Amino acid sequence: MRLKPIRIRSRAIEILINVILLAFLAITALSLAFTKDLFASVMLTGIYSLLSAAFFVLMDAVDVAFTEAAVGAGISTILMVTTLTMTGRFENRKLHHPKIALSVVIVTGVMLVIGTMDMPAFGSDTAPAQVHLAPYFIMQSGEDIDIPNIVTSVLASYRGFDTFGEVVVVFTAVIGVLALLEFSRKDNESAEKPAPMSQHKILRIVSKILIPPIMLFALYVQFHGEYGPGGGFQAGVIFASSIILYAMLFGIEQTRKAVSMPVVKVLAALGVLIYGSVGIVSMLNGGNYLDYNALAESNITGQHVGIIIIELGVGITVATAMILIFLTFARRIGKTNEGTA
Amino acid sequence: MIQHLPILQVIIPLLAAPICFILKEARLVRWFVLIANVMAFVISIMLLQQVNLHGTLVYSLGGWEAPVGIEYRIDELNAYLLILVTSISTITLMAAGKSLTKEIPESKITYFYIAYMLCLTGLLGIVTTGDAFNVFVFLEISSLASYTMIAMGNDRRSLWASYQYLIMGTIGATFILIGIGLMYMMTGTLNMYDLAERLPEVEHTKTVFTAFAFFLVGVCLKLALFPLHLWLPNAYAYAPSIATVFLAATATKVAIYVLLRFIFSVYGFEFSFSHLPLTEILVSLGLLGVIAASIVAIYQTNIKRLFAYSSVSQIGYMILGIGIGSKTGLTATMLHLFNHALMKSAIFLALAGVVYRVGSVNIKAFAGLGKQMPWTMAAIVVGGLSLIGVPLTVGFVSKWYLVLALLESNWWPIAVLVMIGSLLAIAYIWRLVEVAYFKPALQNNQSYKEAPLAILIPAWIFVIANIYFGIDTSFTVGVSEKTAELLFGGAR
Repeated sequence: MRLKPIRIRSRAIEILINVILLAFLAITALSLAFTKDLFASVMLTGIYSLLSAAFFVLMDAVDVAFTEAAVGAGISTILMVTTLTMTGRFENRKLHHPKIALSVVIVTGVMLVIGTMDMPAFGSDTAPAQVHLAPYFIMQSGEDIDIPNIVTSVLASYRGFDTFGEVVVVFTAVIGVLALLEFSRKDNESAEKPAPMSQHKILRIVSKILIPPIMLFALYVQFHGEYGPGGGFQAGVIFASSIILYAMLFGIEQTRKAVSMPVVKVLAALGVLIYGSVGIVSMLNGGNYLDYNALAESNITGQHVGIIIIELGVGITVATAMILIFLTFARRIGKTNEGTA
Repeated sequence: MIQHLPILQVIIPLLAAPICFILKEARLVRWFVLIANVMAFVISIMLLQQVNLHGTLVYSLGGWEAPVGIEYRIDELNAYLLILVTSISTITLMAAGKSLTKEIPESKITYFYIAYMLCLTGLLGIVTTGDAFNVFVFLEISSLASYTMIAMGNDRRSLWASYQYLIMGTIGATFILIGIGLMYMMTGTLNMYDLAERLPEVEHTKTVFTAFAFFLVGVCLKLALFPLHLWLPNAYAYAPSIATVFLAATATKVAIYVLLRFIFSVYGFEFSFSHLPLTEILVSLGLLGVIAASIVAIYQTNIKRLFAYSSVSQIGYMILGIGIGSKTGLTATMLHLFNHALMKSAIFLALAGVVYRVGSVNIKAFAGLGKQMPWTMAAIVVGGLSLIGVPLTVGFVSKWYLVLALLESNWWPIAVLVMIGSLLAIAYIWRLVEVAYFKPALQNNQSYKEAPLAILIPAWIFVIANIYFGIDTSFTVGVSEKTAELLFGGAR
């Protein structure tokens, strides 16, 4: 037990940091709404995500923070910048003021504020979310699943089916992007363009040094999800970003030589299938769908095996999905330039 | 294996999608998808049997009992919806092979099938689950897949239509998520039945009220309740015909199911109709939708768009039935849910045939088609009669129950307005009939052959269903009454 005065002081500091972070969030959101420079808005959304991630850390939700940092500040910023290269940097002047939109936003805001009025106090230990299921997860997950990270227990086992659904959402997104933006075979023989960053020696060398550690870190995050923040989603995104970094510096064509597209596509589907077949196997062994207890002799081993395999499925699908989406987006760049020139 | 039926219902189409992605070859994929669909259909029938035998089926995913884990929970209402979705999806798919070759470049057909399967997975997942957050996850799957399908239309406007739907749909989904998040905050649970138990404790808080409001608006965006319907007409008009059939017949129906589940099973009738002027809101918006959308439909020149607006007005009827807040009203809604799916499948499939032969659904292109494509046009006419609510069609049955419910509550002025809605339907159907049967074919038009059997037969299956269930109402009315009873009985 810590002494009381210290606790109070640390709380005061925490509140101060919270207020500052939230103020930054508000400022970022407002400037996002007003800026006409799309590049600036993309950067601001990235900053917004990073600030939220910091805020989540303060709320002790490190797993959420990690995901927000990797996905919100990381990969989605990259994808939006890639899109910008095709759309141009500045927003078109609006001919009319969207009054209806503004009123909808105001009504929504007012409703949300009304909603906060009867909420349990922030951080209250008697809040329904703290007293109903949370005690079960905290007390029981050690016995049920026996891994230190309770968040992973909930995501991968107790609510594993939701996570499976999320993987399918990612897969659906890939299908959507490929269905709409993929070139047919004929277009593939576009002229080999020089790599975009061929002049930047320092960038090339530094990134070449960086790419292997990034990949290694991704693997660490992948297999360390049971012990600390991390898991398949974050690992997949980090792994993909190493490939994307390579593509940005050495060109899309070069990347496609290193990373075979057909293989990446098969892997994207395979990740979903790996996750899904864990469930099938547990059904064949007499359990319910995704019941990892049925996977091995002892329940704990079963849970561990199940979680490692499904996390692998998640990681594979997320990584390949991000690579596919980026490469399909990026190959459009040359295409649209030719079209407009 | 019997005890695994609830999960197999969802998992078979789900796993079929990535397998299709590996198979790649369009013809192979087509058969594979069809087999998976037939399996899903068979499972849905077995599920209804099981429910009739044993009552509500509960399936704990991962072996964790709810509320710790996620559970699937199937009662008559879910089972009924599952049969509706899988049967329509299977029959529609029979026509897909022919129809898609004309509307989608060959290299993209596999993607269309994958998106179709994912959309089906999403819809089935929403219907089977007993977990509020799981609803959201599968809603995302079905939404993303439907944006993809819509954007694949060969008209460039399909991209814009899909984009509009994407923006509106995302706002809707976000509202739903805010609603679910607030519910969790106040109860600490995501399981629908646990929610139903724990909500009454906190029902007077503003937070729970806000949660309900956000959830309601989000779902109403998804089901295209007037005036939140703006995404729908373009989406239906410019999507590939097969996607239009599938979405028009199933997606909005599933959204209505979600609405019913949360109004009646989770929040409960008492809360829903006393804390919010739900009757006033739903009845007035429903009626406005019926009248306004029908009037707009009369002025459409794109026939797919015309029937899309007609869908908005038909959704108005269903919402009206919920708004009445009586068992008969709910029975009418459930009936119309089923019947409207049959009508729109018949009509949009026949229109797929027109697109296949004529290549256009502009009203001018229909001149003389009554003689050149008699079977196709007849299918549209029967579907249209059903929309109007002519006796011996399913449309009559659901309108009958709706009017009955209104008279039961002594709301005869509204009953009169419902009749006016039917008159407006006559107006827009008649415009098409007039052009198709009484205008000579344009001079420079080559004569068109009848639509291919692959499209015509599925369309006529729906036409016959329209008439069959219009005469023999024992199945549909029986199930609708049972589900209405169930919903009024509360969660358990």
